[in-house]
Amino acid sequence: MRQALAMLLPLTLVLVACQREERDTRPQSALGSGEQPTPVTALEPGGQRPSASDNKAASFEANAFHLSEGKRLFGWFNCSGCHANGGGGMGPALMDEKWLYGSSIESIHATIRDGRPNGMPSFRQKIPDDQIWELAAFVRALSGNAPSSAAPQRNDDMMVHPSENRLPDAATLGKSP
Amino acid sequence: MAIWNSFRTCILSVMLLACGPFLSGASEPPSAAAIAPPAAAAPPDDGQWTMPAKNYASTRFSDLTEINEGNVKNLQVAFTFSTGVNKGQEAAPLVVGNIMYIVTPFPNIVYALDLSRPGAPMKWKYEPNPEPAAQGVACCDVVNRGAAFADGRIFFNTLDGHTIALDANTGKPIWNTHIGNINIGETITMAPLVVKGKVLVGNSGGEMGVRGWVKALDAEDGHVVWTAYGTGPDKDVLIGPDFKPHYDMDKGKDLGVTTWPPEAWKIGGGNMWGWISYDPDLNLIFHGTGNPGPWNPDLRPGDNKWTSGIFARDPDTGAAKWFYQWSPHDLHDYDGINEQILLDMTWQGKPRKVLVRPERNGYLYILDRTTGEVLSATAYGPVNSSKGVDLKTGRLIANPDKRTGTGKVVRDICPTASGLKDWQPSAFSPKTGLLYIPHNNLCMDEEGVEVNYIAGTPYVGMNVRMIPGPGGNRGAFTAWDVAAAKPAWVLKENFPVWSGTVVTAGDVVFYGTMEGWFKAVSARTGDLLWQFKTSSGIIGQPITYRGPDGHQYVAILSGVGGWAGAIVSGDLDPRDATAALGFVNAMKDLKNATTAGGTLYVFRLP
Repeated sequence: MRQALAMLLPLTLVLVACQREERDTRPQSALGSGEQPTPVTALEPGGQRPSASDNKAASFEANAFHLSEGKRLFGWFNCSGCHANGGGGMGPALMDEKWLYGSSIESIHATIRDGRPNGMPSFRQKIPDDQIWELAAFVRALSGNAPSSAAPQRNDDMMVHPSENRLPDAATLGKSP
Repeated sequence: MAIWNSFRTCILSVMLLACGPFLSGASEPPSAAAIAPPAAAAPPDDGQWTMPAKNYASTRFSDLTEINEGNVKNLQVAFTFSTGVNKGQEAAPLVVGNIMYIVTPFPNIVYALDLSRPGAPMKWKYEPNPEPAAQGVACCDVVNRGAAFADGRIFFNTLDGHTIALDANTGKPIWNTHIGNINIGETITMAPLVVKGKVLVGNSGGEMGVRGWVKALDAEDGHVVWTAYGTGPDKDVLIGPDFKPHYDMDKGKDLGVTTWPPEAWKIGGGNMWGWISYDPDLNLIFHGTGNPGPWNPDLRPGDNKWTSGIFARDPDTGAAKWFYQWSPHDLHDYDGINEQILLDMTWQGKPRKVLVRPERNGYLYILDRTTGEVLSATAYGPVNSSKGVDLKTGRLIANPDKRTGTGKVVRDICPTASGLKDWQPSAFSPKTGLLYIPHNNLCMDEEGVEVNYIAGTPYVGMNVRMIPGPGGNRGAFTAWDVAAAKPAWVLKENFPVWSGTVVTAGDVVFYGTMEGWFKAVSARTGDLLWQFKTSSGIIGQPITYRGPDGHQYVAILSGVGGWAGAIVSGDLDPRDATAALGFVNAMKDLKNATTAGGTLYVFRLP
């Protein structure tokens, strides 16, 4: 009995140490969730309120599966038609450090869901909410804002820029640490 | 015989490919000076500039001679004016009487400047307040290519799909017709042309799966008189009993449906966002059609009528008279919407009414404008995407080595999607017999990718990255001897020459560069006579006019942008080779050469 327990202990330790990324491969397809209001400015009279983080944000942001899904959907929903592969075109560049409507995943999610007045269409009721989160997570990866362990590693198509897990953080690009 | 002909054409284009871009310097005088626009389409110059192309023949030639080869070096700034919009300024200013009119890129403000007073103060301005969301469906910067004047009215288009008529004297709107829908990706960027009391307008959106059309609006009240689509059944294209195309490939019933996969014509492009010419003698208008959509050709097997071609139509009814397809089943986004210059010339001993077209696919075509027959098609720069034009069948001979498709990267295709020449209009001088062509010298890699049609979003399906063409100069300004079908001289430019041009009876040619230089060169030799550095890159259309003081002036809008300058006007990231549909890769250094702007410059002699 004691021997069996002694054998079970290391096994338990090994199992615990092996923390696997959760892959929710069948995300809920319900439309219209994620309704938390997201400010698009840092200017709030009287001082900034603590930003309300959406509880979905964390589960999508650093998740390799969701990031790679986001990359696929970025082509499928024609995001690449306007934003190219991050460098922009009809729409602004997404791989630089400039954010017109906020850089948080919540802001990007709101931008895709609700649109923005100077040309960003609203995809509310057109893209399932969890897929919008996947897209938002991938958009952050384009400017180096995703862990390199989770960001997509290679392009299936023409190499047009370094893969997302090798893109530098745009905010510090060209500046010494 | 047909094979020999095409072989000969092929040899000719290969030879041009080898030597075309390297010819430069003075050469022998033009071989025939007897080439001139038809008088009805190019009346004697009255010193005004009432439409972007100067006249219905689209010569962009001015009879004014006060500024000439000898004194142009003394040009100085008369006045400037800030448009207040820092986007690509592709418009031509207009001058009617004592007033200059300019239309800005989105938000499409129209300014009237009083030339009779010192400093040309603003007489009025009109703000149409277009829908800001329209900026999100404009493929290549939010440009506008100018207004048109007729019968005391200024006609112009807004990016969000309105055509508006203003009282030229007061700026008060007379009518406003909404003809484009941004929610399916339609915008309007072209300059209208007014013919026989009708305002001709077409839509943009070939990158958004928009079905192309050209409409005629009644100049009096703005109602739509006729609409001719660029794809679909004959009744929609206004093809009827009068339609007599020259080549067999364009004959048949409902080719706008049958040359597409089922239903694909409904989202197939063929937009009309470029230039229209008009021959009053023949009572015909001539207009091109844009590229088929999507760019990925695997999704649309067939000839994709009536895209990437040219129509001759009756301006009264819109009825098609003939059609010719520059690029059947286009593989490389070769829109067919460039300017056509109407000329009368002797061809192989016979007088012919022709139409000269420096086309996006790299060939300078001479067509008989009464029938649509191709008299000649000669490459005017490096071309390897095709091997010439078969003059027997009229068909472009595509190079199978440069065929694009899904999942395949094809390298070094010349010219690029932006063409050997894009929208930037050329000018013709009957004095020299030369056509002055501002153009690009770029090549590209292309990879077809899967694409879904989602209304109001892009429908392209192609990864593109552009690179400088042979020689490394990304632009060129070519003087083309129309009679001899060869270049007289070529000026190399570092960046694509994305500006229009104007030539005068003083034998001076004006054009601008994307660094911001406004240049005057000799119309005979190409020698640089004068240049002035403006505040931003130039992609506009220069004009020249006689001011209220009786002296000659030259005007140009400076302000970089457009597809070529989108990297600056849209602040794009050059680390992505496919940004701006691949153009950014060839323009990585433009941000170091110029910044966005929007300023009118007007020059005169001291």
